Amino acid sequence: MIIKLENLNYIYNPNTPFKKIALDNVNLDIDEGDFIGLIGHTGSGKSTLVQHLNGLIKPTSGRVIVDGIDISAEDSNLREVRQKVGLVFQYPEHQLFEENIYKDIAFGPKNLGLDDDEVELRVKKAMESVGLNFIELKDRSPFELSGGQKRRVAIAGVLAMQPKVLVLDEPTAGLDPRGRDDILGGIKRLYKEEGITIILVSHSMEDIARLVNKIVAMHNGKIAMKGEAREVFKQPEKLEELGLGIPQITSFMKKYKMKGNPINDVVLTVEEAKEELINYLRRKGNA
Amino acid sequence: MLEEMIRVENTTYEYGIRGEENHLIAVDNVNISVKKGEHLVILGHNGSGKSTLARLMNGLLTPTKGNVFVNGMNTKDEDNIWNIRETAGIVFQNPDNQIVATIVEEDVAFGPENLGIPPVDIRKRVDEALRIVEMTEYKNHAPHLLSGGQKQRVAIAGILAMNPECIILDEPTAMLDPIGRTEIMNTLKKLNKEEKKTIIHITHYMDEAVAADRILVMEKGKIMMEGTPKQVFCQVDRIKGLGLDVPQVTELAYELKKEGFNVPCDVLTVDELVNAL
Repeated sequence: MIIKLENLNYIYNPNTPFKKIALDNVNLDIDEGDFIGLIGHTGSGKSTLVQHLNGLIKPTSGRVIVDGIDISAEDSNLREVRQKVGLVFQYPEHQLFEENIYKDIAFGPKNLGLDDDEVELRVKKAMESVGLNFIELKDRSPFELSGGQKRRVAIAGVLAMQPKVLVLDEPTAGLDPRGRDDILGGIKRLYKEEGITIILVSHSMEDIARLVNKIVAMHNGKIAMKGEAREVFKQPEKLEELGLGIPQITSFMKKYKMKGNPINDVVLTVEEAKEELINYLRRKGNA
Repeated sequence: MLEEMIRVENTTYEYGIRGEENHLIAVDNVNISVKKGEHLVILGHNGSGKSTLARLMNGLLTPTKGNVFVNGMNTKDEDNIWNIRETAGIVFQNPDNQIVATIVEEDVAFGPENLGIPPVDIRKRVDEALRIVEMTEYKNHAPHLLSGGQKQRVAIAGILAMNPECIILDEPTAMLDPIGRTEIMNTLKKLNKEEKKTIIHITHYMDEAVAADRILVMEKGKIMMEGTPKQVFCQVDRIKGLGLDVPQVTELAYELKKEGFNVPCDVLTVDELVNAL
């Protein structure tokens, strides 16, 4: 287990009229190598939760244990934790600042005191991971790039720290479909090839269904649902109560089954639906 | 009265100077006619030229070549520029960049105040605009405490208070969560159906295009596809080739048809596909 949250509570503006309970007794275990989709509507506590994972905010009460270290303890070494857990915020391209892409991505590893060769290796690898060409782009200004490319530079900056856990808060917000697919494709590779533990915050149920293996759904600061993606999407009524939905394709298969077609309706992607339907329609045609 | 709200005639728009490194043809010899009362969606990926086109449609930019007419007025005619901006208002992506006042109703009043409209009429226009976007109960609130969808509705109210016949929206939902997106889509539907406004909605979300009367798809400054949502989304491979999405059920129908099943390709919703199979 790489992350353990124990009876975690967080209150904004305690002891004032603006008091808000953002996290309400949250308990959660995340295994190494998991790909978690963190869902919930705006204000449900997702962002507050992820900010606890590398000690950006400290719990009002409860414990956050990352890779065996209790980071909520007074004397915890946050420097070490922040190397283990890389956090990519919303619109991370707003945090680019260097004159060229190499320097921007190298900023973190350099601050770790690594030697130049090691820094270069890490920058190269991080750029490859997000699909940016090292030779072509390293000397270019990050500000000349398209929105989607800028965002990939920002993600590479976090990857160059070689975190064990990568947390991404709506990494595709505002991107067009191509930009979105580039980013999500890179994240999928990191998960498959590098075995990094990933926590993806997203509003897109289609993206969540395509990528993650487990889902955590938040509501009013509490964990309302958690489990394998397939199990969670089996309960559309419950998701709707939380102001969430299921992918369009999953919803179609459910309705089609209800109309009296005996199919397996728990599908997550168009490919799965296609396979299931082709088999069913051929069986029906032969009968 | 003219039937045509906006006419874009052989229009080209270039950024930078020809022959120099930063030269870019953003809109390339485009012809468009938008009918009064139409709900038009312009789809395209980032950099396809759709935002430049939006700015050409209310005179924020004027064509390098060709002409753009708003309700018959040429946007190059400087004497008409205020009439043009009163006729076609534009709403941008980021609501935080469009709000100028510290109280919702004062923000909505900003436009009509600048038009020199008598205070009694401003009051009426502001109340009416806030009613249409369903933000009346927030009229005395501070905008920065509102949600993204609420802020964007205030921005739309600010445009409505100018009494435009046509509203152009440049990716109005790109920064909003699903609830905010639904709020804006409902508002647009209402503006078009009940208030009879011409709507030009620029987006890269295909699910927002399904409700349009007509879709234009842009790529490299040109109009690549045009038609009703059904006609356009039917061409799944072409849409995907242009870096865009189709609804998941449309893709499934298309895949089944390719496998030899008798499925119409122009299904856009879950219910349509359930009934077709």
